[in-house]
Amino acid sequence: MPKTATMSSLWEYANPRKFMATSAWLLPWVTAITVICLVVGLVWGFFFTPNDFRQGSTVKIIYVHVPAAIMAINAWLMMLVTSLIWVIRRHHVSALAAKAAAPVGMIFTLIALFTGAVWGQPMWGTWWEWDPRLTSFLILFLFYLGYMALWEAVENPDSAADLTSVLCLVGSVFAIISRYALLFWNQGLHQGATLSLDAEENIADVFWYPLVISLAGFGFLFLTLVLYRTRTEIRARRLKALIAQERMAA
Amino acid sequence: MIALLKRDLALAIRAGGGFGLSLAFFLIFTTLVPFGVGPATGILGTISPGILWLGALLACLLSLDRIFQLDWEDGTLDLVATSPVPMEGLAAMKALTHWITTGLPLVAVAPALGMLLNLPGPAYPWLIASLALGTPALSAIGTFGAALTVGIKRGGLLLSLLVLPLYVPTLIFGALAVSRGAEGLDATTPLALLAGITLGTLAVLPFAAAAALRVNLR
Repeated sequence: MPKTATMSSLWEYANPRKFMATSAWLLPWVTAITVICLVVGLVWGFFFTPNDFRQGSTVKIIYVHVPAAIMAINAWLMMLVTSLIWVIRRHHVSALAAKAAAPVGMIFTLIALFTGAVWGQPMWGTWWEWDPRLTSFLILFLFYLGYMALWEAVENPDSAADLTSVLCLVGSVFAIISRYALLFWNQGLHQGATLSLDAEENIADVFWYPLVISLAGFGFLFLTLVLYRTRTEIRARRLKALIAQERMAA
Repeated sequence: MIALLKRDLALAIRAGGGFGLSLAFFLIFTTLVPFGVGPATGILGTISPGILWLGALLACLLSLDRIFQLDWEDGTLDLVATSPVPMEGLAAMKALTHWITTGLPLVAVAPALGMLLNLPGPAYPWLIASLALGTPALSAIGTFGAALTVGIKRGGLLLSLLVLPLYVPTLIFGALAVSRGAEGLDATTPLALLAGITLGTLAVLPFAAAAALRVNLR
């Protein structure tokens, strides 16, 4: 990376050219890390960990389910941060990154819901249960859908970025309220958090290491996809500008 | 701002379709439910709190796209934007008009429809209280959604997709208050939480709606 003494601020990446150069340099590396982490974490988790004595081999879905669920929430948080940056400092790359992250986050939500259903069928005896955690993920999925639909529907790109940012801010507040309202509404069947920093007892080490590696893998997968998609959006924006210029000249 | 409120109310009364339609929808919705689930009064009584709240919510939803659409099309919105009235005031007044023309009549007819659905006796005060406290939140959230989609042609479907997930907490606490009341339990906790949501949305969402309107009018 062409790091110089003058480069001191994160805001330099608000310049699309700077962002494109850095992300082009960064992409092969993060792609490689993603592949390594996912292969190591998932293969280790699937084939080289013991079965749980009560849940049998179904426990292994945790290596997909938990990272996907964690990244689904973090993707929305990232969209919230980039939306705020767009609203406050009006950096286009930030708005485009939020746009790029939404479908990725939506797919992670879908993966978490799907793997949860696959696991729940043999364990709870049902594909779906109106448990607060499950329901709030379904609602998160709806938020992603609405957010993406609004991006598609508004023609002017700047207005679209503004409106989706406002929606993201308001939606975040309502997503949190919904989460706690759901706790009030129904008692859960879902187990508590498997990983937390302040818990006395977490998951056993044999499961912990592959889980952390696949967690990193999903994190880097998200980063890779968002970088790719942001670059695509920037290129699409440039293309549109070029076409407009040619039409003006003609 | 009072003039705006008077104008919108007069339009809603004289142009027709404002008051009556959502009430008619509410009635039809509750009439259709027994056809779907069967006329057994026991089942109807158990599900009636949720059905009544859902009906009120959908009736509110139906009239949302009228909030700004007509004013947007004939240019009134641009005129108001250049007048000294702040956009936030406009958004708040629009939400108030929507509540007076939709939410308030719904509260008034809900007990009658509760009778149709065999709602248990002790639930009626809670039904009226929860709808009276909750429908302002529905109007405020809906006004925000309408402000987001005002510039979009045929935005009605998108509007529902955006607004319905935001209605989740209101619906949960509202329906919970009524169903607890139906069981003869004390329902002040969900009612207090519902009132909290309403006050919060009334305080914050006019600003968000005004921001969205400014973007759309740019």
